[in-house]
Amino acid sequence: MNGDTLQRPTVALDADGAGVLRLGGDWTLRAIAKDAERLRKTLRAGGPDVHWVLDDVTRLDSFGATLLWQAWGRRWPDRLSLDASMRATIERVAVSAAKPLPDPRPFTLVDAIIVLGRAVLGFRNHLVDFVRLLGQLCLDLLHVLAVPRDWPLREISANLFKVGVKAMPVAALVGFLIGVVLSYLSALQLRNFGADIFIVDILGLGIIRELGPVLVSVLVAGRSGSAMTAQLGVMRVTEEIDALSAMGVSRSLRLVFPKVLALTLAMPLLVMWTSSMALLGGMISAWVQLDLSFGFFLETLPRVVPIANVYIGLVKGAIFGLLIALIACHFGLRVQPNTESLSSNTTSSVVTAITVVILVDAVIAIVTRSIGVP
Amino acid sequence: MNAAPVIRLDGIVTRFGANLVHDGLDLEVAPGELVALVGGSGSGKTTVLRHVIGLTRPAAGEVCLFGEDLHAGSPRERQARQRRFGVLFQHGALFSALNVAQNIGFPLRELRIATRAETRDLIALKMAMVGLEPETAVLMPAELSGGMVKRVALARALALEPELLLLDEPTAGLDPERSASFVELIRTLHERLALTVLMVTHDVDTIAALATKVAVLADRRIVSYASLEDTMAVEHPFIERFFGGEHGRRALARSKRTET
Repeated sequence: MNGDTLQRPTVALDADGAGVLRLGGDWTLRAIAKDAERLRKTLRAGGPDVHWVLDDVTRLDSFGATLLWQAWGRRWPDRLSLDASMRATIERVAVSAAKPLPDPRPFTLVDAIIVLGRAVLGFRNHLVDFVRLLGQLCLDLLHVLAVPRDWPLREISANLFKVGVKAMPVAALVGFLIGVVLSYLSALQLRNFGADIFIVDILGLGIIRELGPVLVSVLVAGRSGSAMTAQLGVMRVTEEIDALSAMGVSRSLRLVFPKVLALTLAMPLLVMWTSSMALLGGMISAWVQLDLSFGFFLETLPRVVPIANVYIGLVKGAIFGLLIALIACHFGLRVQPNTESLSSNTTSSVVTAITVVILVDAVIAIVTRSIGVP
Repeated sequence: MNAAPVIRLDGIVTRFGANLVHDGLDLEVAPGELVALVGGSGSGKTTVLRHVIGLTRPAAGEVCLFGEDLHAGSPRERQARQRRFGVLFQHGALFSALNVAQNIGFPLRELRIATRAETRDLIALKMAMVGLEPETAVLMPAELSGGMVKRVALARALALEPELLLLDEPTAGLDPERSASFVELIRTLHERLALTVLMVTHDVDTIAALATKVAVLADRRIVSYASLEDTMAVEHPFIERFFGGEHGRRALARSKRTET
C-alpha cells in the first residue's frame, strides 16, 4: 500500500573498523520525523573522514538531503558512494545553501531615530487627515442642507439601529450593575455617618453628570467604534471603497457622514437610557441596604440634582459620540489592504477613542465646574 | 505501476441548503498523475478540492487519501495525513504578517523537527526550486506581485515534501507569460519530485500543457475521466463547449505544435 511502504531510515558504522558508514531505507521527511534527533546525532558522529555509503537508500527527499549536507559540514565528503539522482538532489541543496538568504536588518540607533521621527510625523499625519475628514464632513453637511434629496437617510437609519437600538441591552445591564455596586459601596460609608439620605445626591450627581456618559462612551467605543473601523477597513481591503469612488459616489457622504451623524444622535439617548438604568439599580440597592423608599428617592432626586446636570450629561454624550465615530472612521479609512493593518487600526481606534473621550471629559469637567452644582 | 490510488472519492454527495451540488461523484487519482479537474462555474470544482483537503465534509460518500479515510483516526493521525499534501490556494493565502522566508518556513517550524540551520537551507532550496531570488526572502506578501505570490505559496506548499499537491486555479490572475512560466515550473516539479497533482482550472492552455488526465465535472458528477485526447472525443455538451470553442481549439493546436 502506498501509505505503508515507508522504510525506516537506518544508519550504521561497519563493525570491521574500516570507517564505512552505511545509510539505508527512506531518508524522507516523513520517515525521519519519527526520530530525527537520534539520526542527526549518529550522522554527526560519522564526521567527514568516514566512507559514506548511500547505496541502500531507497528514497531521498530534500529534507533528508539537507540533513546530510548539514552533517557533512556543508561540503562534500572525500569518500562517498551514491547514485546519480540522489547526488543531484543533494547538489541542489548544496547550490541553494551556498547562496545564503539575506537577514532582516538588525535594529540600530539610526533605526531608533527613524522610528521616533516616523512617530512624530505619523502623529502630524493623523492630525492632518483628521482635520481633512472633519472638513469634508462639514462640506457634506453644507451639501445635504443645500440639496435635501442627497440626505443618506437609509444609511443613517440603519446606523442608528445598529449603534443605538442594538446597544441598549448591554448598556442597560452594565448601567444597572454599576448603579447597584456604587450605591452599595456608598451606603456602607454613609451609614457610618448617619448620612443615609445623601445617597441620592451621590448617585444623582455622579451618574447623571459623569458616570453615565463616560460609561456609555467606553461601551460604545468598544462595541460600535471597533465595528465601524473594521467595516471601513474590510471595505478598503476588498476595494469596495474604490468601487464607490469609481462610481462617483462620495465615500464620506455615504459611509462616514451617516455613521457620525447616527452616533452623535444615538449617544445622548443611550446616555439617558443607561443613566436611568444605573439610577434604578442604585435605587433598588439603596432600598435594600438603607431602607430608602422609591417614592422618597424619586422625590428627592430633582431637588438635589439641578436639571443642568441632565443637559451636561446629554451634551457630553453627543460630543463623545461625535468623537468616537470620527475617530473610528478616521482609522478605518487608513487601513492598508492587509490583515495586519486592519487589526492594528481597529485596536488604535478603540484605544484612541477611549483616551480622547476621557481627556475631553476632563476638559468639560473644568469648563462646567460652576454649572449645575448645588 | 498498480499502486493504490492517492485520492479516492467514492459516491460524494454535497448539498448547500436545497442546492444539490454533487450527486454520487467518484474519482480515483493514481500516483504520479497530474489530473486537471474542469467544470463550469458553480459546478463545485473548488468544493471537491475542499473535500479532499478536509475543509468541508460531504453529506455522503467517502474521501480517501493514500488509501486511508481522510477523517479516520486520532487527531494526530489526521494531522500526519494532512502533512502529506500541500495546497496552493487560488490567491496564495500567504500569511500577511510574515515575510517570504517566514511564510515558507512556517510549516517546517510548526513541525519542530528541523534545526534552525536546516530550516534556513530548506527555505533557500524551496525558493530556488520555484525560481525566487534569495533577495526576495525579506519581502512582505503585500510587496509581491501576483506571480511571485503564487511562487511563494507553491514553495510553502512544498515545504513538507508532500506526495500530493492540490492546486486551485494555479494560473488564474497571471498574465500569459507568467502563466506559461508557472505552468513550466509545475511540470518540472511534478517530474522531479514524483508528485501526484490534482488541479482545478478552467484554463485550456494549462490543461493542454500539463494534464496527464482530465476529469470533467458536469451534471453533478464526473462525466469523463481520461487523457485529453480521449476527453475530446466524448460527446457531452459541456465538453464540446469547453474544448470546442475558438479559444480551446487554438490552445490545443498550440500545445500540439510544441510537442512535435
